[in-house]
Amino acid sequence: MERILTTPISEAEARDLCVGDVIHITGTIFTARDEAHLMMLEKGAPFPVNGLAVYHCGPVVQKKDGRWRIVSAGPTTSARMEIFEDRFLEKFPVRVIIGKGGMGEKTLAALQKVGVVYSHYTGGAGALAARAISEVKDVHWLDRLGMPEAVWVLCVEKFGPLTVTMDSHGESLYDTVGKTLSENIQTIHDRIERSK
Amino acid sequence: MRDERLVEQLVAAIRTAETILPEDVLVALKEASAIESGVARVQLEAMLKNADAARDGSIPMCQDTGIQTFIVCVGSKFPELSSLKGSIIEAVRRATNEVPLRPNAVHPFTGENTGDNVGEHIPYISWEIVDGDSCVIDLLPKGGGSENCAALGMLPPGVGINGVKRFIVDHVVGCAGKPCPPGIVGVGIGGGADLSLKLGKLSLLRPVGSRHPEGNIAALEEELRDLINASGIGPMGLGGKTTCLDVHVEYAHRHPASLPVGIVYQCWSDRRARVTIDANGKIEVT
Repeated sequence: MERILTTPISEAEARDLCVGDVIHITGTIFTARDEAHLMMLEKGAPFPVNGLAVYHCGPVVQKKDGRWRIVSAGPTTSARMEIFEDRFLEKFPVRVIIGKGGMGEKTLAALQKVGVVYSHYTGGAGALAARAISEVKDVHWLDRLGMPEAVWVLCVEKFGPLTVTMDSHGESLYDTVGKTLSENIQTIHDRIERSK
Repeated sequence: MRDERLVEQLVAAIRTAETILPEDVLVALKEASAIESGVARVQLEAMLKNADAARDGSIPMCQDTGIQTFIVCVGSKFPELSSLKGSIIEAVRRATNEVPLRPNAVHPFTGENTGDNVGEHIPYISWEIVDGDSCVIDLLPKGGGSENCAALGMLPPGVGINGVKRFIVDHVVGCAGKPCPPGIVGVGIGGGADLSLKLGKLSLLRPVGSRHPEGNIAALEEELRDLINASGIGPMGLGGKTTCLDVHVEYAHRHPASLPVGIVYQCWSDRRARVTIDANGKIEVT
């Protein structure tokens, strides 16, 4: 199923999504990597984030004529945020996580509890992402955290394609691919053993 | 020392590498897209759209613009040898502002970012002196996500070539979606620990689809590519038939007691450019 979600996204809308759905987001999203997660957990959200999407991303940003402009903004590896994402979601109920590579069991449980989906954005597609960002609304903690780690608040239009890879029903596409792989690896090893 | 004209052309080459995906990679991604469906195809189509957006807007394809890497092959009679290093470093500084590039040179102990992609031993410049009077500089900006999936195996020689295959396949498959597949797996076999990894990295300069000139090595490349693609990991690790676009293998003779295998992964955003300078100072960027 393909659909466009407009922020603020409700809990019901998030719970309605399933693994395999392709979504686009219109409205407001914000970036947060390792340092920003820690900062928000310690100091609270610098602006209201309920119902928005958090984007695991360290963008390239340029200031032109006094205004910030996103140059390239693809996703970073989400697994690094696994250590605190469950606490983050309970404190800041965003409805969509955007990242790449997927996350672990603690986050999957938090997605079910809070009503959030994890969506995968194609790694490396930084130019395509930048094209869907119409404006940099704000930036928080830029001086302290630097360009990649700061919280960038972004206006987006049809940001995506985002594939739901972990949903609020306990499903994870990464588990499914992992199972396929463990079935295939034995065949691959047998092929190697038989080769010259 | 630096040569202003060369600096300008090197900045242009960095821009080319960062913003234009080489034709061989585009073709390979399109072929992969044609045989995939569902989520896998969504990923490949996004990659192709991203390549268009980057080229049309002259903006970096990926926000991780990488560690700037230069493989220099310079003729022993090339007249402008003394200005090469200074020109490369200055070009990286300028490209950081002009392309722009993300500042990616961080002090390993203090965490301080130099801000201009220049630091201790960075940009990475590899030098080779060859016969002749011209110079070829290959650019291979390399992102962190894929570089983190490099590996070195100091295998016992007794495992033989099948042991080598298993080490490579198990490692690449174990990385799953982390290095932004489908990319190019560069493999160096033999030499020593450092040389095997270096050969793996140098093999990434070859276009996707190019085969090693020796038939048995060429066959090994195709076999490894097919084995990795039988894993089902697929584009971005979300399942599918295309886990790598190609495997390139280079080799060196080895010590009798050693069988080093170096693996260097390049993500699908396989950024490359080349600067050629002849003895009369004519510079060409491709």
